[in-house]
Amino acid sequence: MTSLPRKPSRVKLGLVIDLDICVGCQACAVNCKEWNTSGHSAPLTDINPYGAGQKGVWYNRIHSFEAVDQETGDSQTINFPKSCLHCEDAPCVTVCPTGASYKRSEDGIVLVNGDICIGCKLCSWACPYGAREYDEIEGVMKKCTLCVDKIYNETLSPSSRVPACVATCPVGARHFGDLGDPHSEISNLVKARGGFALMPEQGTEPVNRYLPPRPKQHQKSTDQSPRSLEHKDTSTDGAGLLARWVDKVLSA
Amino acid sequence: MHPAKSVIFFTTGSGAGYGMLIWLAVLSLLGLQPADSIYGLVAFGIAFALVVGGLISSTFHLGHPERALRALSQWRSSWLSREGIAAIVTFAPTGLFALAWVFLNENQSYAVGLGIIGAAMSLITVYCTSMIYGSLKTIPAWFTKWTSIAYITFALMTGAVLLWFVAVIFGLPQANIIGLIALVFVGLGFIIKLKYWHTVDHAPATSTAESATGLGKLGKIALVEAPHSEDNYLLQEMGFRIARKHATKLRKIALVLGFIIPFVLIALAIYGFPQFQLLIAGVAVFSGIVGIVTERWLFFAEAKHVVTLYYGESAI
Repeated sequence: MTSLPRKPSRVKLGLVIDLDICVGCQACAVNCKEWNTSGHSAPLTDINPYGAGQKGVWYNRIHSFEAVDQETGDSQTINFPKSCLHCEDAPCVTVCPTGASYKRSEDGIVLVNGDICIGCKLCSWACPYGAREYDEIEGVMKKCTLCVDKIYNETLSPSSRVPACVATCPVGARHFGDLGDPHSEISNLVKARGGFALMPEQGTEPVNRYLPPRPKQHQKSTDQSPRSLEHKDTSTDGAGLLARWVDKVLSA
Repeated sequence: MHPAKSVIFFTTGSGAGYGMLIWLAVLSLLGLQPADSIYGLVAFGIAFALVVGGLISSTFHLGHPERALRALSQWRSSWLSREGIAAIVTFAPTGLFALAWVFLNENQSYAVGLGIIGAAMSLITVYCTSMIYGSLKTIPAWFTKWTSIAYITFALMTGAVLLWFVAVIFGLPQANIIGLIALVFVGLGFIIKLKYWHTVDHAPATSTAESATGLGKLGKIALVEAPHSEDNYLLQEMGFRIARKHATKLRKIALVLGFIIPFVLIALAIYGFPQFQLLIAGVAVFSGIVGIVTERWLFFAEAKHVVTLYYGESAI
Protein backbone atom coordinates (compact mmCIF):
# COMPACT_ATOMS: atom_id res chain seq x y z
CA MET A 1 0.00 0.00 0.00
CA THR A 2 1.62 3.24 -1.08
CA SER A 3 -0.40 5.46 1.18
CA LEU A 4 1.86 6.41 4.05
CA PRO A 5 1.24 4.73 7.42
CA ARG A 6 -1.85 6.33 8.93
CA LYS A 7 0.00 7.13 12.11
CA PRO A 8 3.68 8.11 11.80
CA SER A 9 5.84 5.34 13.19
CA ARG A 10 7.04 5.91 16.73
CA VAL A 11 10.43 4.48 15.87
CA LYS A 12 12.19 6.45 13.14
CA LEU A 13 15.38 4.68 12.23
CA GLY A 14 17.82 6.85 10.36
CA LEU A 15 21.32 8.16 9.92
CA VAL A 16 23.13 11.18 11.26
CA ILE A 17 26.07 12.23 9.12
CA ASP A 18 28.80 14.43 10.52
CA LEU A 19 30.04 16.79 7.80
CA ASP A 20 32.73 18.09 10.13
CA ILE A 21 34.77 14.91 10.08
CA CYS A 22 33.83 13.13 6.84
CA VAL A 23 37.02 12.85 4.81
CA GLY A 24 35.31 11.76 1.59
CA CYS A 25 37.08 8.40 1.43
CA GLN A 26 34.07 6.66 -0.22
CA ALA A 27 34.37 3.67 2.15
CA CYS A 28 30.67 3.97 3.07
CA ALA A 29 29.67 3.79 -0.60
CA VAL A 30 31.92 0.80 -1.23
CA ASN A 31 30.83 -1.18 1.81
CA CYS A 32 27.19 -0.33 1.05
CA LYS A 33 27.62 -1.76 -2.42
CA GLU A 34 29.39 -4.81 -1.00
CA TRP A 35 26.62 -5.63 1.49
CA ASN A 36 23.64 -4.74 -0.63
CA THR A 37 24.70 -6.44 -3.83
CA SER A 38 23.70 -9.63 -2.04
CA GLY A 39 21.10 -8.08 0.27
CA HIS A 40 17.38 -7.18 0.28
CA SER A 41 17.32 -5.60 -3.22
CA ALA A 42 20.23 -7.55 -4.70
CA PRO A 43 21.99 -7.37 -7.06
CA LEU A 44 23.23 -3.79 -7.42
CA THR A 45 23.81 -4.14 -11.12
CA ASP A 46 26.90 -2.76 -12.84
CA ILE A 47 27.07 -2.20 -16.58
CA ASN A 48 30.49 -2.05 -18.24
CA PRO A 49 32.18 -2.11 -14.85
CA TYR A 50 35.69 -2.20 -16.31
CA GLY A 51 35.26 -0.26 -19.55
CA ALA A 52 34.25 3.15 -20.78
CA GLY A 53 30.69 4.29 -20.04
CA GLN A 54 30.46 2.40 -16.78
CA LYS A 55 27.14 2.64 -15.02
CA GLY A 56 25.56 1.04 -12.05
CA VAL A 57 23.30 1.24 -9.04
CA TRP A 58 24.70 2.71 -5.84
CA TYR A 59 22.72 3.62 -2.74
CA ASN A 60 25.30 6.03 -1.48
CA ARG A 61 26.99 8.86 -3.36
CA ILE A 62 29.64 11.17 -1.93
CA HIS A 63 29.66 14.68 -3.38
CA SER A 64 32.25 17.36 -2.60
CA PHE A 65 31.17 20.95 -2.21
CA GLU A 66 33.01 24.18 -1.63
CA ALA A 67 31.49 26.85 0.58
CA VAL A 68 32.76 30.37 -0.02
CA ASP A 69 31.89 33.15 2.41
CA GLN A 70 30.93 36.02 0.11
CA GLU A 71 32.12 38.69 2.59
CA THR A 72 35.45 37.38 3.82
CA GLY A 73 36.40 35.09 0.97
CA ASP A 74 36.98 32.26 3.46
CA SER A 75 36.34 28.92 1.85
CA GLN A 76 36.17 25.31 2.88
CA THR A 77 35.58 21.98 1.23
CA ILE A 78 32.83 19.74 2.56
CA ASN A 79 32.57 16.06 1.72
CA PHE A 80 28.91 15.27 1.48
CA PRO A 81 27.64 11.67 1.56
CA LYS A 82 24.07 11.36 0.37
CA SER A 83 21.69 8.42 0.55
CA CYS A 84 17.97 7.91 1.20
CA LEU A 85 16.72 10.12 4.04
CA HIS A 86 13.74 7.82 4.81
CA CYS A 87 11.34 10.78 4.75
CA GLU A 88 8.36 10.98 7.06
CA ASP A 89 6.21 12.34 4.20
CA ALA A 90 7.91 10.37 1.45
CA PRO A 91 6.71 11.53 -2.02
CA CYS A 92 8.37 8.49 -3.64
CA VAL A 93 5.90 6.30 -1.75
CA THR A 94 2.69 8.18 -2.52
CA VAL A 95 3.34 8.54 -6.27
CA CYS A 96 3.98 4.81 -6.72
CA PRO A 97 1.09 3.35 -8.77
CA THR A 98 1.70 -0.29 -7.82
CA GLY A 99 2.27 -0.42 -4.09
CA ALA A 100 5.86 -1.56 -4.65
CA SER A 101 7.17 1.48 -2.82
CA TYR A 102 6.25 1.57 0.84
CA LYS A 103 7.15 2.99 4.22
CA ARG A 104 7.27 0.52 7.09
CA SER A 105 4.97 1.44 9.95
CA GLU A 106 7.17 -0.24 12.56
CA ASP A 107 10.42 1.66 11.97
CA GLY A 108 9.86 4.14 9.15
CA ILE A 109 12.23 2.49 6.66
CA VAL A 110 11.27 3.19 3.03
CA LEU A 111 11.62 0.12 0.81
CA VAL A 112 10.85 -1.09 -2.72
CA ASN A 113 9.26 -4.48 -3.36
CA GLY A 114 11.16 -5.50 -6.50
CA ASP A 115 8.67 -8.29 -7.21
CA ILE A 116 5.83 -5.91 -8.08
CA CYS A 117 7.70 -2.74 -9.20
CA ILE A 118 6.89 -1.96 -12.85
CA GLY A 119 9.90 0.31 -13.32
CA CYS A 120 7.92 3.44 -14.25
CA LYS A 121 10.59 5.62 -12.55
CA LEU A 122 8.02 8.09 -11.22
CA CYS A 123 9.37 7.65 -7.68
CA SER A 124 12.77 8.86 -8.84
CA TRP A 125 11.08 11.97 -10.28
CA ALA A 126 9.29 12.59 -7.00
CA CYS A 127 12.39 12.30 -4.80
CA PRO A 128 14.25 15.61 -4.34
CA TYR A 129 17.41 13.88 -3.13
CA GLY A 130 18.22 11.46 -5.93
CA ALA A 131 17.92 8.55 -3.54
CA ARG A 132 16.43 6.19 -6.10
CA GLU A 133 18.25 4.67 -9.01
CA TYR A 134 16.84 2.56 -11.82
CA ASP A 135 18.34 -0.87 -12.42
CA GLU A 136 18.34 -1.25 -16.20
CA ILE A 137 19.02 -4.98 -16.07
CA GLU A 138 16.38 -5.88 -13.51
CA GLY A 139 13.91 -3.25 -14.76
CA VAL A 140 13.04 -2.10 -11.25
CA MET A 141 13.82 0.77 -8.92
CA LYS A 142 16.42 0.37 -6.19
CA LYS A 143 17.19 2.38 -3.11
CA CYS A 144 18.88 2.36 0.29
CA THR A 145 17.28 -0.21 2.59
CA LEU A 146 19.02 1.12 5.70
CA CYS A 147 20.44 -2.42 5.64
CA VAL A 148 17.14 -3.79 6.90
CA ASP A 149 18.64 -7.27 6.38
CA LYS A 150 21.58 -6.44 8.65
CA ILE A 151 20.24 -4.29 11.48
CA TYR A 152 17.75 -6.97 12.61
CA ASN A 153 20.00 -9.93 11.79
CA GLU A 154 20.25 -12.04 14.94
CA THR A 155 23.04 -14.16 13.52
CA LEU A 156 25.28 -11.10 13.71
CA SER A 157 26.81 -9.83 16.94
CA PRO A 158 24.77 -6.93 18.40
CA SER A 159 27.56 -4.45 17.62
CA SER A 160 27.43 -5.44 13.93
CA ARG A 161 23.71 -4.75 13.64
CA VAL A 162 24.18 -1.32 12.08
CA PRO A 163 24.03 -0.32 8.40
CA ALA A 164 27.11 -1.23 6.38
CA CYS A 165 28.00 2.43 5.78
CA VAL A 166 28.01 3.12 9.52
CA ALA A 167 29.98 0.00 10.36
CA THR A 168 32.74 0.82 7.90
CA CYS A 169 33.22 4.58 8.33
CA PRO A 170 36.87 4.90 9.42
CA VAL A 171 36.39 8.30 11.09
CA GLY A 172 33.05 7.67 12.78
CA ALA A 173 31.23 10.29 10.72
CA ARG A 174 28.10 8.18 10.41
CA HIS A 175 25.70 7.39 13.23
CA PHE A 176 22.66 5.11 13.25
CA GLY A 177 19.76 5.04 15.64
CA ASP A 178 16.17 5.97 16.48
CA LEU A 179 15.52 9.61 15.66
CA GLY A 180 11.92 9.19 16.82
CA ASP A 181 13.13 8.83 20.41
CA PRO A 182 14.05 12.33 21.63
CA HIS A 183 16.39 10.84 24.24
CA SER A 184 18.29 8.44 22.02
CA GLU A 185 22.02 8.87 21.63
CA ILE A 186 21.76 10.20 18.10
CA SER A 187 18.86 12.52 18.92
CA ASN A 188 21.07 14.05 21.61
CA LEU A 189 23.89 14.33 19.09
CA VAL A 190 21.60 16.19 16.68
CA LYS A 191 20.54 18.55 19.48
CA ALA A 192 24.08 19.20 20.67
CA ARG A 193 25.51 19.88 17.23
CA GLY A 194 22.59 21.68 15.58
CA GLY A 195 21.80 18.88 13.13
CA PHE A 196 19.70 19.86 10.13
CA ALA A 197 17.54 18.34 7.39
CA LEU A 198 18.15 18.73 3.64
CA MET A 199 15.74 20.85 1.57
CA PRO A 200 13.08 21.22 4.30
CA GLU A 201 11.16 23.46 1.86
CA GLN A 202 10.29 20.38 -0.19
CA GLY A 203 8.05 19.27 2.68
CA THR A 204 9.29 15.68 2.74
CA GLU A 205 10.23 15.74 6.45
CA PRO A 206 13.43 13.71 6.13
CA VAL A 207 14.39 11.53 9.10
CA ASN A 208 18.15 11.63 8.47
CA ARG A 209 20.07 14.60 9.83
CA TYR A 210 23.38 16.23 8.91
CA LEU A 211 25.76 17.80 11.42
CA PRO A 212 27.35 21.05 10.20
CA PRO A 213 31.12 21.55 10.01
CA ARG A 214 32.43 23.19 13.20
CA PRO A 215 33.67 26.79 12.84
CA LYS A 216 37.27 26.82 11.70
CA GLN A 217 39.93 28.21 13.99
CA HIS A 218 42.13 29.55 11.26
CA GLN A 219 40.44 31.58 8.60
CA LYS A 220 42.02 33.99 6.16
CA SER A 221 39.92 36.74 7.68
CA THR A 222 41.22 36.36 11.23
CA ASP A 223 44.52 37.51 12.75
CA GLN A 224 45.56 33.96 13.48
CA SER A 225 45.45 32.93 9.87
CA PRO A 226 48.65 31.80 8.22
CA ARG A 227 49.91 34.14 5.53
CA SER A 228 48.34 33.50 2.16
CA LEU A 229 51.05 33.33 -0.45
CA GLU A 230 48.77 33.90 -3.39
CA HIS A 231 48.59 37.61 -2.56
CA LYS A 232 51.37 40.21 -2.77
CA ASP A 233 52.90 40.27 0.68
CA THR A 234 54.30 43.72 1.58
CA SER A 235 55.02 43.22 5.28
CA THR A 236 58.51 42.61 6.64
CA ASP A 237 57.31 40.98 9.86
CA GLY A 238 59.83 38.48 11.09
CA ALA A 239 62.61 39.61 8.74
CA GLY A 240 66.14 40.24 10.08
CA LEU A 241 67.93 43.59 10.36
CA LEU A 242 69.77 43.27 7.03
CA ALA A 243 66.68 42.16 5.16
CA ARG A 244 64.64 45.02 6.56
CA TRP A 245 67.38 47.50 5.54
CA VAL A 246 67.50 46.06 2.00
CA ASP A 247 63.71 46.22 1.87
CA LYS A 248 63.81 49.87 2.96
CA VAL A 249 66.44 50.78 0.33
CA LEU A 250 64.61 48.96 -2.46
CA SER A 251 61.23 50.38 -1.45
CA ALA A 252 62.48 53.94 -1.63
CA MET B 1 13.99 16.04 -17.54
CA HIS B 2 14.72 13.43 -20.17
CA PRO B 3 11.99 13.68 -22.84
CA ALA B 4 11.13 10.02 -23.49
CA LYS B 5 9.49 9.57 -26.91
CA SER B 6 6.96 7.13 -25.48
CA VAL B 7 5.76 9.69 -22.94
CA ILE B 8 5.61 12.50 -25.51
CA PHE B 9 3.47 10.36 -27.80
CA PHE B 10 1.36 9.18 -24.87
CA THR B 11 0.54 12.70 -23.62
CA THR B 12 -0.01 14.32 -27.04
CA GLY B 13 -1.73 11.32 -28.66
CA SER B 14 -4.09 10.37 -25.87
CA GLY B 15 -4.80 14.07 -25.27
CA ALA B 16 -5.88 14.56 -28.89
CA GLY B 17 -7.93 11.34 -28.83
CA TYR B 18 -9.80 12.34 -25.68
CA GLY B 19 -10.30 15.80 -27.16
CA MET B 20 -11.98 14.23 -30.19
CA LEU B 21 -14.21 12.05 -27.99
CA ILE B 22 -15.26 15.14 -26.03
CA TRP B 23 -16.15 17.12 -29.16
CA LEU B 24 -17.98 14.19 -30.75
CA ALA B 25 -20.26 14.08 -27.71
CA VAL B 26 -20.67 17.82 -27.22
CA LEU B 27 -21.35 18.49 -30.91
CA SER B 28 -23.87 15.62 -31.03
CA LEU B 29 -25.65 17.15 -28.07
CA LEU B 30 -25.84 20.41 -30.03
CA GLY B 31 -27.17 18.49 -33.05
CA LEU B 32 -24.09 19.31 -35.11
CA GLN B 33 -23.03 15.76 -35.99
CA PRO B 34 -24.56 13.44 -38.59
CA ALA B 35 -25.44 9.96 -37.26
CA ASP B 36 -23.56 8.49 -40.20
CA SER B 37 -21.88 5.09 -39.84
CA ILE B 38 -18.81 5.67 -42.01
CA TYR B 39 -18.14 9.14 -40.60
CA GLY B 40 -18.57 7.75 -37.08
CA LEU B 41 -16.26 4.84 -37.84
CA VAL B 42 -13.50 7.13 -39.11
CA ALA B 43 -13.85 9.77 -36.37
CA PHE B 44 -14.06 7.27 -33.49
CA GLY B 45 -11.42 5.12 -35.18
CA ILE B 46 -8.91 7.96 -35.15
CA ALA B 47 -9.86 8.99 -31.60
CA PHE B 48 -9.56 5.47 -30.15
CA ALA B 49 -6.39 4.76 -32.14
CA LEU B 50 -4.79 7.83 -30.56
CA VAL B 51 -6.00 7.00 -27.05
CA VAL B 52 -5.11 3.31 -27.20
CA GLY B 53 -1.85 3.97 -29.04
CA GLY B 54 -0.92 6.56 -26.42
CA LEU B 55 -1.73 4.27 -23.52
CA ILE B 56 0.21 1.36 -25.05
CA SER B 57 3.11 3.66 -25.85
CA SER B 58 3.20 4.80 -22.22
CA THR B 59 3.98 1.24 -21.17
CA PHE B 60 7.03 1.09 -23.46
CA HIS B 61 9.25 2.96 -21.02
CA LEU B 62 8.36 0.61 -18.17
CA GLY B 63 10.93 -1.83 -16.87
CA HIS B 64 8.21 -4.47 -16.52
CA PRO B 65 5.33 -3.75 -18.96
CA GLU B 66 3.85 -7.17 -18.17
CA ARG B 67 3.12 -5.92 -14.65
CA ALA B 68 1.31 -2.80 -15.93
CA LEU B 69 -2.04 -3.86 -14.44
CA ARG B 70 -0.55 -3.51 -10.98
CA ALA B 71 -0.45 0.23 -11.65
CA LEU B 72 -4.21 0.39 -11.11
CA SER B 73 -4.04 -0.47 -7.42
CA GLN B 74 -2.89 2.73 -5.70
CA TRP B 75 -5.58 5.23 -6.68
CA ARG B 76 -5.75 6.50 -3.10
CA SER B 77 -2.45 8.31 -3.40
CA SER B 78 -1.03 8.05 -6.92
CA TRP B 79 -2.09 10.21 -9.88
CA LEU B 80 -0.52 7.68 -12.23
CA SER B 81 -2.78 4.99 -10.80
CA ARG B 82 -5.83 7.29 -11.02
CA GLU B 83 -4.98 8.06 -14.63
CA GLY B 84 -4.86 4.37 -15.49
CA ILE B 85 -8.22 3.66 -13.87
CA ALA B 86 -9.87 6.75 -15.39
CA ALA B 87 -8.58 5.76 -18.83
CA ILE B 88 -10.02 2.26 -18.57
CA VAL B 89 -13.37 3.38 -17.12
CA THR B 90 -13.69 5.96 -19.91
CA PHE B 91 -13.68 3.19 -22.53
CA ALA B 92 -17.12 1.99 -21.34
CA PRO B 93 -19.32 5.04 -22.06
CA THR B 94 -17.27 6.26 -25.03
CA GLY B 95 -17.14 2.75 -26.52
CA LEU B 96 -20.94 2.29 -26.18
CA PHE B 97 -21.47 5.76 -27.67
CA ALA B 98 -19.29 4.79 -30.64
CA LEU B 99 -21.10 1.45 -31.09
CA ALA B 100 -24.55 3.11 -31.02
CA TRP B 101 -23.35 5.71 -33.54
CA VAL B 102 -21.65 3.33 -35.96
CA PHE B 103 -23.99 0.33 -35.82
CA LEU B 104 -27.36 1.84 -34.86
CA ASN B 105 -26.92 5.27 -36.47
CA GLU B 106 -27.89 6.75 -33.14
CA ASN B 107 -26.09 9.76 -31.69
CA GLN B 108 -29.02 11.30 -29.85
CA SER B 109 -31.14 10.35 -26.81
CA TYR B 110 -29.45 7.56 -24.76
CA ALA B 111 -26.41 7.57 -27.05
CA VAL B 112 -25.58 11.21 -26.50
CA GLY B 113 -26.12 10.67 -22.77
CA LEU B 114 -23.42 8.01 -22.84
CA GLY B 115 -21.31 10.36 -24.96
CA ILE B 116 -21.53 13.19 -22.45
CA ILE B 117 -20.65 10.84 -19.57
CA GLY B 118 -17.71 9.69 -21.70
CA ALA B 119 -16.72 13.31 -22.38
CA ALA B 120 -16.71 14.09 -18.66
CA MET B 121 -14.64 10.95 -18.01
CA SER B 122 -12.26 11.95 -20.80
CA LEU B 123 -11.74 15.36 -19.18
CA ILE B 124 -11.03 13.66 -15.84
CA THR B 125 -8.53 11.33 -17.52
CA VAL B 126 -6.65 14.22 -19.15
CA TYR B 127 -6.67 16.02 -15.80
CA CYS B 128 -5.19 12.91 -14.11
CA THR B 129 -2.50 12.74 -16.82
CA SER B 130 -1.60 16.36 -16.20
CA MET B 131 -1.46 15.80 -12.43
CA ILE B 132 1.13 13.02 -12.82
CA TYR B 133 3.42 15.93 -13.71
CA GLY B 134 1.63 18.77 -11.93
CA SER B 135 1.90 17.08 -8.53
CA LEU B 136 5.70 16.80 -8.55
CA LYS B 137 7.07 19.45 -6.23
CA THR B 138 10.61 18.46 -7.22
CA ILE B 139 10.08 19.94 -10.70
CA PRO B 140 8.95 23.54 -10.13
CA ALA B 141 8.24 24.10 -13.85
CA TRP B 142 5.50 21.46 -13.61
CA PHE B 143 4.29 22.20 -10.08
CA THR B 144 1.83 24.86 -11.19
CA LYS B 145 -1.89 24.92 -12.02
CA TRP B 146 -0.91 25.97 -15.55
CA THR B 147 0.28 22.43 -16.24
CA SER B 148 -3.27 21.08 -15.92
CA ILE B 149 -4.85 24.06 -17.65
CA ALA B 150 -2.45 23.61 -20.59
CA TYR B 151 -2.97 19.83 -20.86
CA ILE B 152 -6.76 20.18 -20.91
CA THR B 153 -6.73 23.09 -23.35
CA PHE B 154 -4.32 21.31 -25.72
CA ALA B 155 -6.44 18.15 -25.61
CA LEU B 156 -9.53 20.16 -26.59
CA MET B 157 -7.52 22.11 -29.17
CA THR B 158 -5.89 19.13 -30.93
CA GLY B 159 -9.16 17.17 -30.72
CA ALA B 160 -11.09 20.01 -32.36
CA VAL B 161 -8.52 20.43 -35.15
CA LEU B 162 -8.53 16.71 -35.93
CA LEU B 163 -12.32 16.45 -35.87
CA TRP B 164 -12.53 19.49 -38.16
CA PHE B 165 -10.13 17.71 -40.55
CA VAL B 166 -12.37 14.62 -40.58
CA ALA B 167 -15.45 16.81 -41.11
CA VAL B 168 -13.73 18.52 -44.04
CA ILE B 169 -12.80 15.15 -45.55
CA PHE B 170 -16.45 14.09 -45.35
CA GLY B 171 -17.61 17.49 -46.59
CA LEU B 172 -19.95 17.91 -43.63
CA PRO B 173 -22.13 21.01 -43.78
CA GLN B 174 -21.17 21.59 -40.11
CA ALA B 175 -17.44 21.61 -40.94
CA ASN B 176 -17.13 25.38 -40.68
CA ILE B 177 -18.69 25.47 -37.20
CA ILE B 178 -16.23 22.81 -36.04
CA GLY B 179 -13.46 24.80 -37.72
CA LEU B 180 -14.54 27.88 -35.79
CA ILE B 181 -14.35 25.94 -32.51
CA ALA B 182 -10.87 24.73 -33.50
CA LEU B 183 -9.91 28.33 -34.30
CA VAL B 184 -11.02 29.55 -30.86
CA PHE B 185 -9.14 26.77 -29.05
CA VAL B 186 -5.96 27.26 -31.09
CA GLY B 187 -6.05 30.93 -30.08
CA LEU B 188 -6.74 29.97 -26.47
CA GLY B 189 -3.93 27.39 -26.56
CA PHE B 190 -1.51 30.05 -27.83
CA ILE B 191 -2.36 32.39 -24.96
CA ILE B 192 -2.16 29.60 -22.36
CA LYS B 193 1.23 28.40 -23.58
CA LEU B 194 2.58 31.96 -23.38
CA LYS B 195 1.08 32.30 -19.90
CA TYR B 196 2.66 28.97 -18.86
CA TRP B 197 6.10 30.02 -20.07
CA HIS B 198 5.74 33.44 -18.47
CA THR B 199 4.78 31.86 -15.12
CA VAL B 200 7.59 29.31 -15.22
CA ASP B 201 10.24 31.80 -16.34
CA HIS B 202 9.39 34.31 -13.62
CA ALA B 203 8.82 31.96 -10.70
CA PRO B 204 11.24 32.46 -7.80
CA ALA B 205 13.59 29.54 -7.10
CA THR B 206 12.08 26.97 -4.73
CA SER B 207 15.36 25.31 -3.74
CA THR B 208 19.03 26.23 -3.96
CA ALA B 209 22.39 24.51 -3.64
CA GLU B 210 22.49 26.10 -0.18
CA SER B 211 19.19 24.55 0.93
CA ALA B 212 20.00 21.23 -0.76
CA THR B 213 23.20 20.88 1.26
CA GLY B 214 21.99 22.83 4.28
CA LEU B 215 25.33 24.65 4.24
CA GLY B 216 24.12 28.11 3.27
CA LYS B 217 25.37 29.56 6.57
CA LEU B 218 28.94 28.91 5.47
CA GLY B 219 28.56 30.85 2.23
CA LYS B 220 27.93 30.24 -1.42
CA ILE B 221 27.93 26.54 -2.30
CA ALA B 222 29.56 25.16 -5.42
CA LEU B 223 30.16 21.58 -6.50
CA VAL B 224 33.86 20.73 -6.39
CA GLU B 225 33.71 17.10 -7.40
CA ALA B 226 30.86 14.87 -8.52
CA PRO B 227 30.44 11.53 -6.73
CA HIS B 228 31.02 9.51 -9.88
CA SER B 229 33.25 9.84 -12.91
CA GLU B 230 30.55 9.12 -15.51
CA ASP B 231 26.88 10.01 -15.85
CA ASN B 232 24.65 7.89 -13.67
CA TYR B 233 20.90 7.25 -13.92
CA LEU B 234 20.10 10.50 -12.12
CA LEU B 235 22.06 12.65 -14.56
CA GLN B 236 20.66 10.88 -17.61
CA GLU B 237 17.06 11.09 -16.41
CA MET B 238 16.99 14.44 -14.55
CA GLY B 239 20.07 16.18 -15.91
CA PHE B 240 18.90 16.42 -19.52
CA ARG B 241 20.14 19.72 -20.92
CA ILE B 242 20.36 19.56 -24.72
CA ALA B 243 17.18 21.59 -25.05
CA ARG B 244 18.32 24.59 -23.05
CA LYS B 245 20.77 25.66 -25.75
CA HIS B 246 18.01 25.91 -28.36
CA ALA B 247 15.11 26.64 -26.02
CA THR B 248 14.31 30.07 -27.44
CA LYS B 249 14.35 28.84 -31.04
CA LEU B 250 12.34 25.73 -30.18
CA ARG B 251 9.73 27.79 -28.35
CA LYS B 252 9.32 29.91 -31.47
CA ILE B 253 9.04 26.78 -33.62
CA ALA B 254 6.40 25.36 -31.27
CA LEU B 255 4.41 28.60 -31.31
CA VAL B 256 4.57 29.05 -35.08
CA LEU B 257 3.91 25.43 -36.10
CA GLY B 258 1.60 24.51 -33.23
CA PHE B 259 -0.56 27.60 -33.06
CA ILE B 260 0.08 30.46 -35.50
CA ILE B 261 0.14 28.45 -38.76
CA PRO B 262 -2.89 26.28 -37.84
CA PHE B 263 -4.79 29.42 -36.75
CA VAL B 264 -4.12 31.24 -40.01
CA LEU B 265 -4.81 28.15 -42.13
CA ILE B 266 -8.09 27.32 -40.39
CA ALA B 267 -9.25 30.90 -40.87
CA LEU B 268 -8.22 30.76 -44.54
CA ALA B 269 -9.99 27.44 -45.07
CA ILE B 270 -13.22 28.82 -43.65
CA TYR B 271 -13.24 32.37 -44.95
CA GLY B 272 -10.62 32.60 -47.71
CA PHE B 273 -10.41 29.56 -49.93
CA PRO B 274 -13.25 27.11 -49.24
CA GLN B 275 -12.42 25.37 -52.55
CA PHE B 276 -8.99 24.31 -51.19
CA GLN B 277 -10.34 23.44 -47.75
CA LEU B 278 -9.09 19.84 -47.73
CA LEU B 279 -5.53 20.72 -48.74
CA ILE B 280 -5.35 23.62 -46.27
CA ALA B 281 -6.79 21.49 -43.47
CA GLY B 282 -4.23 18.76 -44.17
CA VAL B 283 -1.34 21.23 -43.94
CA ALA B 284 -2.83 22.76 -40.76
CA VAL B 285 -3.04 19.33 -39.12
CA PHE B 286 0.50 18.39 -40.10
CA SER B 287 1.90 21.69 -38.86
CA GLY B 288 -0.11 21.38 -35.65
CA ILE B 289 1.20 17.86 -34.96
CA VAL B 290 4.85 18.92 -35.38
CA GLY B 291 4.19 22.01 -33.25
CA ILE B 292 2.48 20.22 -30.38
CA VAL B 293 5.12 17.47 -30.30
CA THR B 294 7.79 20.20 -30.10
CA GLU B 295 5.79 21.88 -27.33
CA ARG B 296 5.58 18.63 -25.36
CA TRP B 297 9.25 17.85 -25.95
CA LEU B 298 10.11 21.26 -24.48
CA PHE B 299 7.73 20.68 -21.56
CA PHE B 300 9.94 17.77 -20.51
CA ALA B 301 13.34 18.89 -21.74
CA GLU B 302 13.19 22.38 -20.27
CA ALA B 303 11.96 21.31 -16.84
CA LYS B 304 14.68 21.21 -14.18
CA HIS B 305 14.66 18.80 -11.26
CA VAL B 306 15.92 19.89 -7.83
CA VAL B 307 18.24 16.86 -7.58
CA THR B 308 20.52 18.63 -10.09
CA LEU B 309 21.35 21.04 -7.25
CA TYR B 310 23.65 18.26 -6.03
CA TYR B 311 25.31 18.23 -9.44
CA GLY B 312 26.24 21.86 -9.99
CA GLU B 313 22.99 23.79 -10.46
CA SER B 314 22.75 26.74 -8.07
CA ALA B 315 19.01 27.49 -7.90
CA ILE B 316 15.85 25.84 -9.27
